[in-house]
Amino acid sequence: MARFLWLIPLALFAGLFVLMFGGLGKPQQAVIRSHMIGKPAPEFALEGAGGRPGLATADLVTGKPVLVNVFASWCLPCAVEAPQLQALKDGGATLLGIAVRDTPQNVAGFLAKHGNPFDRIGLDTNGRLLLGFGASGVPETYVIDGRGIIRYQHIGEVRPEHVQMLLAELEKAK
Amino acid sequence: MIPELGHFALWLAAMAALAQAFAPTVGLWRNRDDLADLAVPTALAQGLFTGLAFVALAYAFIISDFSVKLVAANSHSMKPDMYRFTGVWANHEGSLLLWVLVMALAGVAVALAPATLGSRFRARVLSVQGFVSLGFFAFLLFASNPFERLIPAPTEGVGLNPLLQDPGLAFHPPLLYAGYVGLSVAFAFAVAGMLENKVGPQWARATRPWIAGAWALLTLGIALGSYWAYYELGWGGWWFWDPVENAALMPWIAATALLHSIAVVMKRDALRAWTLLLAVAAFSLSMMGTFIVRSGLLTSVHAFAVDPTRGLFLMLLMALYIGGALTIYALAAGRVAEGRQFALVSRETSLVANNLLLSAMLGVILLGTLYPMALEAMGGAQISVGPPYFNRTIVPMLLVAAVLMGIAPWLGWKRSATGHLARRLLPASIATAAAAVVAVLLLDVRGIGAILGFAAAAWLGAASITILVRRGLTFNSAGMALAHLGVAVSILGATASGALQREALVALRVGDSVQMGPWRAELMDVRPVAGPNWTAIEATLYVQRNGRPVGTVTPQSRMFIAPAQETTESGRTGWRMGEVYAVLGKPDGSGRWQVHLWVKPLVRLIWIGGLLMALGGVVALGGRVRALALRRRKLVTFAEPQAA
Amino acid sequence: MAVAKPKQQRLVLALAAVAVLAAAGVIASFALQDTAAYFKAPADIAASPPAPGQTIRLGGLVKTGTVTRPGDGLELHFIVTDMKADTNVTYRGLVPDLFREGQGVIATGSFDAQGVFRAQELLAKHDEKYMPPEVAKALEKQGHPVNAS
Repeated sequence: MARFLWLIPLALFAGLFVLMFGGLGKPQQAVIRSHMIGKPAPEFALEGAGGRPGLATADLVTGKPVLVNVFASWCLPCAVEAPQLQALKDGGATLLGIAVRDTPQNVAGFLAKHGNPFDRIGLDTNGRLLLGFGASGVPETYVIDGRGIIRYQHIGEVRPEHVQMLLAELEKAK
Repeated sequence: MIPELGHFALWLAAMAALAQAFAPTVGLWRNRDDLADLAVPTALAQGLFTGLAFVALAYAFIISDFSVKLVAANSHSMKPDMYRFTGVWANHEGSLLLWVLVMALAGVAVALAPATLGSRFRARVLSVQGFVSLGFFAFLLFASNPFERLIPAPTEGVGLNPLLQDPGLAFHPPLLYAGYVGLSVAFAFAVAGMLENKVGPQWARATRPWIAGAWALLTLGIALGSYWAYYELGWGGWWFWDPVENAALMPWIAATALLHSIAVVMKRDALRAWTLLLAVAAFSLSMMGTFIVRSGLLTSVHAFAVDPTRGLFLMLLMALYIGGALTIYALAAGRVAEGRQFALVSRETSLVANNLLLSAMLGVILLGTLYPMALEAMGGAQISVGPPYFNRTIVPMLLVAAVLMGIAPWLGWKRSATGHLARRLLPASIATAAAAVVAVLLLDVRGIGAILGFAAAAWLGAASITILVRRGLTFNSAGMALAHLGVAVSILGATASGALQREALVALRVGDSVQMGPWRAELMDVRPVAGPNWTAIEATLYVQRNGRPVGTVTPQSRMFIAPAQETTESGRTGWRMGEVYAVLGKPDGSGRWQVHLWVKPLVRLIWIGGLLMALGGVVALGGRVRALALRRRKLVTFAEPQAA
Repeated sequence: MAVAKPKQQRLVLALAAVAVLAAAGVIASFALQDTAAYFKAPADIAASPPAPGQTIRLGGLVKTGTVTRPGDGLELHFIVTDMKADTNVTYRGLVPDLFREGQGVIATGSFDAQGVFRAQELLAKHDEKYMPPEVAKALEKQGHPVNAS
C-alpha cells in the first residue's frame, strides 16, 4: 500500500507528460493548410514594383499553372530562398510575386541584391491580400492552376529539397 | 573569431559538466575519492567556461556583429546600448545560454560554500547539478546554437520586439531564471539527500538558504513582471492569469510551500517525504513553465513560435529529469521515516495547513492552465479559462491563508498552548475591526469581497508588525514576519486599487476635461515626440484633485522603426501610494482623442508588498550566513581538523 | 491537548487534507463550468446561437469596410467574419494597436437580449509571423502559422 502511494507523483507526471506530448505535434497539423486550398484566388489588382508589371486576378487565369510567391524585403528567409526561386524559374515555372508591406524602393533594392525571378510583382502595401490567400506569414509559395484555383500552399522558405516537389505540384496542377 | 571562441568555450563547459556529472557518480559508487574530489574543480571549470561563452555572445550583441545569426535576427545597430546587451537573453538561444550560465554559477556557489554535510554529500549534489546542466548544454549545442554564423552577413539586423525594449522586461527573465536555478539547487539537494539517505534537520538547514534565496528572487521577478504588464500593456490591470504568468506563479507557490515545510524538517524532523516531493516539484514546475510555455504548447497572448524538434528535445530532457527524480523518490521515500509526531494544535499543523492551501492553489491553477489543452487534445471544444475562474477560486483561499498566517507564528512547535493567543492577537483583532468599519463607513465599500480584503490585510499586517516589534527577534522570525507583512501590504494594494478605483473612458478635444469624483483631468496638448528608435503621439493631461494639482500624465501611442510596430505607453503619475493611469487611443476623426483614465488608490502597495516579501527572504537568509560565519570563526579559533 | 496517537493523528491529518483538496476541487470545477469561455467562429454562432449573457470568445477576421464609430466616438461597431457567416460586434473602449480591417481578432464578450454581441475585450491577433524576429526563426524551420480560425 505505502509503496504504491509513493508512485502516485510519478504516475501523475506521466499522465501530464503524455498530455503535453500529445499537444506537441498538434499546432502544426491544425493550420498547415490554407482554408483557401481548392478555392479560387481572391479578386485583386495590385500595382507593380521592381521594374515588373503589376499583378491582378486575371494574371492567374491564363490556362497555365503558376507559382505565386509571397515575399518582403524585410524578410530574412525570403533572401535565403532566392536561389531556389531562380532554380524553379530555370525548371520552367512561371513565378509571380506579391511583396507584402513594402515600399517600391525597398523591393527594387531587394531584387537587385538577390535576383528577380518574377514575371509580375504586385505590391500589397497593407498586407490585406495575404489574408485573402489564407497565408499565415512570409514567405509562402502557392501553386495556382490555370483556372485561378489555389492548389497547393508551401509555408516557409523554399529550400533546395523543395524545388523538385514544387515543380511536381505544378505538373499535377496542369 | 570571438563567436568561435564562445562556441568552443561552450563545448568546454559541456565537457566540464560531463565530468562533473559522471566522475563523482563513479567515485562515490566505487569509493574512489580521487574521482569524487573532481566534483569541485569541474564545477568551477563549468562556471568559468560558461561565463566566457556568455561574455562572447554579449560582445557580439554589443558590437552588433551581424555575422552571428542570432544577433542579426534579434538586434539592430540603432537599438539603445542597454537593449543591445539585454537583447542577449531576449530570444530563445540566448535565454537558454543565460539559463545554463546561472546554473553553472549556482554550481560554483555550491562548490565554494562550506560543505556542512560532508564532502561526499557535496560531490553528490554537484554530480546531480552536472547531470541537469549537461542536458541543457546538449540542447544548446545540438539544437539551439547561439553562435551560428550567417554568411553573408547582413548589413543591418532585424531588430527586437519593441515590447521587449523596456527595463522591466529586460531584467525580468534573469531574476526569474536565477530563482528557478536556485530551485534546481534545492532539487539537487533533494535527489542527493535521497541517494545518500541524509534527509533530516541537518540536510534541511543546508538546503533552506537556497530555497529562501531562490524564493526571494522569484518573488522579485514576478513582482517586476507584474509591474511591467501593468504599465506596458496599457490594460490597467496588474495580473491577467495568462498561461505565461501562471507558469511563473506555479513554481513560486511550490517554493513557498517548500520554504514552509522545510522549516518543519529543520525544527522537528517531520514531513520529510512531503518536503522532498515539493523540492522535486518546485524545480520541475520551473522547467515545465519556462520551456513548455516558451515552446508554445500552451496558447497565450505572448506565445512563441514552436519548433517541433526543439519541443521534442525539451520534452525528453524534462521526462528524463523529472521522471528520474520521481522514480528515485518512489524508491527512496519509503525509507525516509516520517519522523516525529506533533499535536493537532501546533506550529507543525499550521504549516501543514499552509502546505495544503498552497497545494490546493497550485492544483487549481494547474487545472485552469491545462484544462483547455486537455479538452482540446481529447477532441473537445476550444475554450479559454480566464481571470473569473482564477479570481473565484484563488481569492477565497488567499483570504483563509491570510487568517492562518496571522495566527500560525504564535503557535509553538510540537504542541501549543492557546491561552496566550487572545492576548497576542488583540492588536490584530482591533486593526481588523477598524479596517472593516473604515472600509464600510468612510470609504463606502459595499462588496463583501473587498471588505474581507481590507480586513484580511489589516489582520495579517497588524499580526506581523506585532512580531517585528517584539524583543528577541531572530533573523528567521524577522524574515518571516517581513514576508507576511509584504503579503498583507500586497493584499491591501490589490483590494484598494480594485474596490476604490475610478475609471473613465472619454473622447476629448484639446482643452476638454473629465471629472471623476474629486479627480479632474484636462487634455492640454497632443503632439508628436521622438525617441531613439521610435516616434510617438503624446497626449498631456493635467490632473487635479479637489482643485489642487497632482501632476501631468503623458500617455503615448508609439511607433517603432525597427521592426515597425505600434505600442501603447501608459502615462502615469503618483498620488500618495496610488496612481493616475492614462492610455491614449486613436483619434475619432473629428478632433477628439480617445482616452482611458483610471485612478488606482494604493496600487503601488502591490509591488511594494512584493519587495517586502523578497526582503523577508533575504533576511531569513542572513541568519544562515551569520551562522556559517560564526562556525567558520570557531573553526579558525580551534583549528579543528574537519572536512571543509 | 495531548499528543495524539500516531495512527490517529495521521488519520486526522489525512482526512483534513482530503477534505481541503476535495473542497478545492469542487469549487474549481464549478468555477470552471461557470467561467470557461468557449471559442466560437461566426459560423458556429449562426448554427447554434449561444444564450444571452454567456461569455464566449468570438474569433474571426474584421470584415473590411464594416468598422464604424457612431455616437460619442467611443463605441465601435464592426462585423467579424469567417467567410461563411458574419457577426455584428459592439465594443466600447480603446482599440488595440493591432486591430485593423481585414486582420484577425478575438472578441471576448456576450450577446445581449437584442442579439448584439457586446465585447468586453478585443484581442487583435498577435501577428508575430510578420515580425522579423519570428520570421528569422523560420530560417531553420517550417514557419509555424498562427491559427487563423
